[in-house]
Amino acid sequence: MRNVLVIFRKEINSYFVSPIAYGLMAFFALLAGFFFYSATTMFVQRGMESQMMGRSFPMSVNEWVIRPVLSNVSVIGLFLIPMITMRLFAEEKRSGTYELLVTSPIRDIEIILGKWFAAVAMYACILAISLLDLLILFAYGKPDWKPMMIGYLGLLLQGGSLLAIGTFISNTTRSQIVAGVASFAVCLLLWVLDWVSAFETAAWAKVVSYMSVLTHFEPFSKGLIDTKDVVYYLSMIVLGLFLTARSMESTRWRA
Amino acid sequence: MIKVEGLTKRYARNVAVDNISFEVQKGQIVGFLGPNGAGKTTTMRVLTCFLPPTGGTANVAGYDVIEKPLEVKKRIGYLPETPPVYPEMEVGEYLTFVGRLKGLGGAPLAGRVKEVSEQCSIADVNKKLIGKLSKGYRQRVGLAQAIIHNPDVLVLDEPTSGLDPEQIIHTRDLIKSLSGNHTIILSTHILQEVEAMCEQVVIISKGKLVANDSVENLTSRLRGGETVLVEVEGRDGSLLDAPMVQQKLEQVAGVSRVVFKHARESRTAFEVESLQGRSVRADVARAVVESGWNLTELHALGLSLEDIFLQLTSGDKK
Repeated sequence: MRNVLVIFRKEINSYFVSPIAYGLMAFFALLAGFFFYSATTMFVQRGMESQMMGRSFPMSVNEWVIRPVLSNVSVIGLFLIPMITMRLFAEEKRSGTYELLVTSPIRDIEIILGKWFAAVAMYACILAISLLDLLILFAYGKPDWKPMMIGYLGLLLQGGSLLAIGTFISNTTRSQIVAGVASFAVCLLLWVLDWVSAFETAAWAKVVSYMSVLTHFEPFSKGLIDTKDVVYYLSMIVLGLFLTARSMESTRWRA
Repeated sequence: MIKVEGLTKRYARNVAVDNISFEVQKGQIVGFLGPNGAGKTTTMRVLTCFLPPTGGTANVAGYDVIEKPLEVKKRIGYLPETPPVYPEMEVGEYLTFVGRLKGLGGAPLAGRVKEVSEQCSIADVNKKLIGKLSKGYRQRVGLAQAIIHNPDVLVLDEPTSGLDPEQIIHTRDLIKSLSGNHTIILSTHILQEVEAMCEQVVIISKGKLVANDSVENLTSRLRGGETVLVEVEGRDGSLLDAPMVQQKLEQVAGVSRVVFKHARESRTAFEVESLQGRSVRADVARAVVESGWNLTELHALGLSLEDIFLQLTSGDKK
């Protein structure tokens, strides 16, 4: 556990001494701010329209603002994740520091966990910026905070599983660019898998759609924790980290 | 301290290390010598548990590299060919990180960082980013990193490559000063380095062990007799007939072989090899003068480690 922390601290440091962290956070703040702005504007407009028509019905901030913002954030995450994971191992392999890590008295899994936790923490920092937007809602209204937190839990789980896959891909190459592009392709694929359910209802389509990361995020955005989705995300995380460990072992034999 | 038996490492298509065995005693400095691609780095990587061997065993500080890699790693300091440094870290920060990786912590770690910084003379750049350092400094940071946890065994892969002459001398002195408490294996293809630092030499070529001996034994074993360069011309400065001179030289007592080297202007040069343990310079000089020729040059060609190395690795042993 101590070794995991050593790696974790080093990784977090290297995120924040380079411009990556700040660049990603600024980029994300801009997009999340825009989504928040458009969602609240829509909410206000709809509210006024329904009042003018004289048949005002209750509108939930959770449903009209928080949920769309969280859904959009989950999609932006797909674009950010490759940028977070691409350097994790590829950079170490290119610069030769991989040899230092692997010849130190520390287990492979400790290296992997340290790096993955750091990536998750980095992603959480980025997500926290969108939380700042949503907190404004609490100053003017009384949104329910519990479903919102569940939404963030979902974002973290989704992020965690994609980060684990990104970690694996970064371990298979010495080039950050290759790692980034490949992770992005996989993220995108896992996203669009869901689309088959739009035109096909056969069993295979259900299976394919089940594999999409986004299908499993929807219940979270509504404030629902479904065991099925939690299991899906956790197994994705375990799979990604397991593959990373296998990949480390196999580079050792192939060199 | 280090015991390697029948070590073999096979990659997909080629054999990098083929059935190598050697042993290193505690406190010794061993030079690992071989041309590029001979398998030096591979052997070192096996010792440091970076690569598992395909066959044979390697034992470091009493632990097998396959069965107890963590124990081996705790007792080994490794400087790969390119120092494994993070350019975005400061020197002190980096050494602290490596110290933690190796299991140190707290006050002892801070003490060790200071100690190794002074030992490797990098204390003055403690607060500098490694990315901004010169190659020489970076190499020393790499060395500091390797000794931070005071390992029993040090494995250094070409520790002086890319340094300027002053830095090379400094690094050699540093490595020598470490030899008391540490067992050191260093690889190089620079031969003076082995002559200057090592007690024992392991020479490998194309993955095979060709020699494993002390530096003195190796030089004296292979040197045999001495080799002398002789250059002669006629009394009146004319070019002499080479076969005739050669014949004359071959008759000198104690000469085992005469090889014609070259004829330039009026001078003809030969390499004269003596029999084991005989010195023939005086006799050769006398023979030349007695034949009425001018002796224009006569000097002994020392057989350096370089020659031995070439002899051994080119595969034609005398």
